Amino acid sequence: MTYAETVAGQISDLAAGKYSSEELTRHYLQRIEALKTLNCYITVTSESALAAARRADSARAAGHSLPLLGVPIAHKDIFCTRNELTTAGSRMLYNFAPPYDAMVVDKLEKAGAVMLGKTNMDEFAMGSSNENSFYGPVRNPWDVTRVPGGSSGGSAAAVAAGLCAAATGTDTGGSIRQPAALCGITGLKPTYGRVSRWGMIAFASSLDQAGPMTQTAMDAALMLGIMAGVDPRDSTSIDSPVPDYVSSLETPVSGMTIGICEDFMAEGLDTASEVRIADAIRVFESLGATIKPIRLPHVRYSVPAYYVIAPAEASANLSRYDGVRFGYRCKDPASLEDLYKRSRSEGIGPEVQRRIMVGAFTLSAGFYDAYYRKAQQVRRLISNDFKSAFDQVDFLVGPTSPQPAFRLGEKSDDQVSMYLQDIYTIGASLAGLPALSMPVGLAAGLPVGLQLIGRHLDEARLLGAAHQFQSRTHWHEARPELEIS
Amino acid sequence: MEIGEKTVRNIAELAQLTFDESHLATMQSSMGDILNLVEQMQEVDTDGVEPMSNPLDATQRLREDVVSEPDQREVFQRLAPETLEGLYLVPRVIE
Repeated sequence: MTYAETVAGQISDLAAGKYSSEELTRHYLQRIEALKTLNCYITVTSESALAAARRADSARAAGHSLPLLGVPIAHKDIFCTRNELTTAGSRMLYNFAPPYDAMVVDKLEKAGAVMLGKTNMDEFAMGSSNENSFYGPVRNPWDVTRVPGGSSGGSAAAVAAGLCAAATGTDTGGSIRQPAALCGITGLKPTYGRVSRWGMIAFASSLDQAGPMTQTAMDAALMLGIMAGVDPRDSTSIDSPVPDYVSSLETPVSGMTIGICEDFMAEGLDTASEVRIADAIRVFESLGATIKPIRLPHVRYSVPAYYVIAPAEASANLSRYDGVRFGYRCKDPASLEDLYKRSRSEGIGPEVQRRIMVGAFTLSAGFYDAYYRKAQQVRRLISNDFKSAFDQVDFLVGPTSPQPAFRLGEKSDDQVSMYLQDIYTIGASLAGLPALSMPVGLAAGLPVGLQLIGRHLDEARLLGAAHQFQSRTHWHEARPELEIS
Repeated sequence: MEIGEKTVRNIAELAQLTFDESHLATMQSSMGDILNLVEQMQEVDTDGVEPMSNPLDATQRLREDVVSEPDQREVFQRLAPETLEGLYLVPRVIE
């Protein structure tokens, strides 16, 4: 049996009765097992997946219909799943099975999706290589000696390796887009607040946003339509109607003006990647779009501002891990203080500790104005740059990542060089803008991603432009060659 | 930016983290590296710029003050490392 590789393909095959959800789910479970050396999943929920698939098949037989009925998907292990292990890639939550579902999990389940399991990630979503996971690094399916990117590395590698057609991810500074680029898939970070953060383990609350990771823009549109929407339990979720993302995919880019961020095409961009980006821009031109160079003068301060704001918010959010109410507790604490300190120091990994320390420092007495307030002012200037750009263009394009996937261990001793991996993605994060990465070719056999950045709540335009590109090119169909054990 | 050992110890105390001597030195140097990176933003003129805390400049929504969550103490306490009669247990604080 040949199974469709995309969500859209599976929806139509399941409806036509070509195969059952149970057969499709079994196919994925077998493939996950055969490719477990990629380490994409922290938890595989085989039994509950098969039970859910059988329920979907029965529902279909009884004449019911739901948008994702019987389609197997995976969730990043940062989304709370009721009575299923939710670790956030940390030892701190090695035994945490939450008593409730995240809003995103709940919505996708109600839409009929079948959960295959929980994907690996950098601890508490802090990292750009997936090497910060307590459960071991994920390997890039295109070259298993290389990283998949991070922090949603498990979700990206799983979609690229055919271990699910779609997965959820989260993006604080690039954690959906950068791994999507390095693994050759389509990943969308929606507008801040477009998707509810309820039940999504917090990293930096003014930046965190959930989004879909798929092979195509069509599948991302299908997923986002279900994930998006206001939620009374997330006061930062946006109360604005969710458009029909799928129907707007056919909007032509002809007549649109696309801005090229000149600041992103500068020093530091890998030459082979630059060629692929230029080729992709020419495809948009051939589709009738006008190209206009754009300057974002403050965007080069994105990484410095981000490494104040994100650690500061993280240090506050992660104070909840104290070894008292849930999660890891150290052995034989001598006192309450010992319990707090050792539980946190043993349960939390080095990169997360580093960010907690930097955050606690910048928020400490005497430093707040020089760091946190200053960073929030720079954030405003970066956001204003994007606003002026969108007075002139419909959306912006540029690289997602400075280079294709690097080798495991290559940057793990140099935090600053690792942080600079997100140099092109952090600007849109600070400004709360929707941004998408899609594959636009290979450089030395490794995928290169193009980033599209849009106005607030303009996801439909980005998905449409990506779909138009994917209707005329085949890069999104390129698959890594994998040895099945 | 140089950050002193004493400052690192103080921050560790605030963050309720503990480091042995060798890890303290590593933390000190990597915090210095990160703060050097961050320092670049000091060259931006931000006089009179309103700080941005929410990217959409949204403010907190208010809701009716009504009970929306049921009592789930038993459910939540099942996750705890140690409880007794509905209380979370920690080492003795008062002799």
